[in-house]
Amino acid sequence: MTTLGHLGYWATVALLMTGLYIVIARGHLVKKLVGLGLFQSSVYLLYIVPGKLVGGTSPIVDQGARVYSNPLPHVLILTAIVVGVATLAVGLALAVRIREAYGTVEEDEILAADDHDG
Amino acid sequence: MTETLAVGALLALLVATAIAIARLRNLFAVVALTGAYSFLMAAVLTALDAADVAMTEAAVGAGISTVLFLGALHLTGALEAKPAQRPLIPLLVVIGAGILVVYGTYGLPGFNDPAAPIHTHVVPRYLQDGPRETGIPNMVTAVLASYRGYDTLGETTVVFTAGIAVIALLRRRRRPKDGEGKR
Repeated sequence: MTTLGHLGYWATVALLMTGLYIVIARGHLVKKLVGLGLFQSSVYLLYIVPGKLVGGTSPIVDQGARVYSNPLPHVLILTAIVVGVATLAVGLALAVRIREAYGTVEEDEILAADDHDG
Repeated sequence: MTETLAVGALLALLVATAIAIARLRNLFAVVALTGAYSFLMAAVLTALDAADVAMTEAAVGAGISTVLFLGALHLTGALEAKPAQRPLIPLLVVIGAGILVVYGTYGLPGFNDPAAPIHTHVVPRYLQDGPRETGIPNMVTAVLASYRGYDTLGETTVVFTAGIAVIALLRRRRRPKDGEGKR
């Protein structure tokens, strides 16, 4: 049963690997930020999946419900999503700035331009 | 069982979307897929009873992030260059990291285990006393705005700082342009 019980975690790991791969292997800075977003959302799942109880409901206390899923990961991840979009905005602004300064957002070309200057 | 199946199917769709995002080089298509990915994520979160998180993900992930990405693509160019060599080393690093994390998951309690520490530590206390102490039936709101209100204030500070950073970065961009009279 543990193998079946861990499938949710493994889907999370697959998303994490995809995000990490994009960040390492792709050169376009905006694409890298997309990869970071995938990586980040895999962490959302890593927190939310263990909090789920099958047959439970959202943690809104009511007479009719007896089993609630865990509200604490929800609170943490709400904060993470909002902070995530704030950091994404800063990252994209940096990419736009780099494009202004170098004329490109491809990592290889930026490094080559730096080598040329140095 | 139906719940578990639904979550599994949605997770499979998420992974497929993520792989498509990794393979595409047209970044407008990537951003469109990112929006679809966010809505799928919101569906998964709803199935996992995280209604508040799902609403935030749909509004922020599929809404604001997509708009930010499209704006950035407009300013930076939307076609990715072809990679120079086969990405062998990144693949090896990623697979190694994946194996390590999968190994780590064997130390975690299984899905839907009511005896797991996450369900027995402080949560029963919140669920039992929360509505009386805060007067709010939604425990996510109660913890976010009442029990951990100062943390949420700190989060607001982070968002404010990020806003200042964006303004500082993009304002510096304009000045030399106006000075030189280009465009």
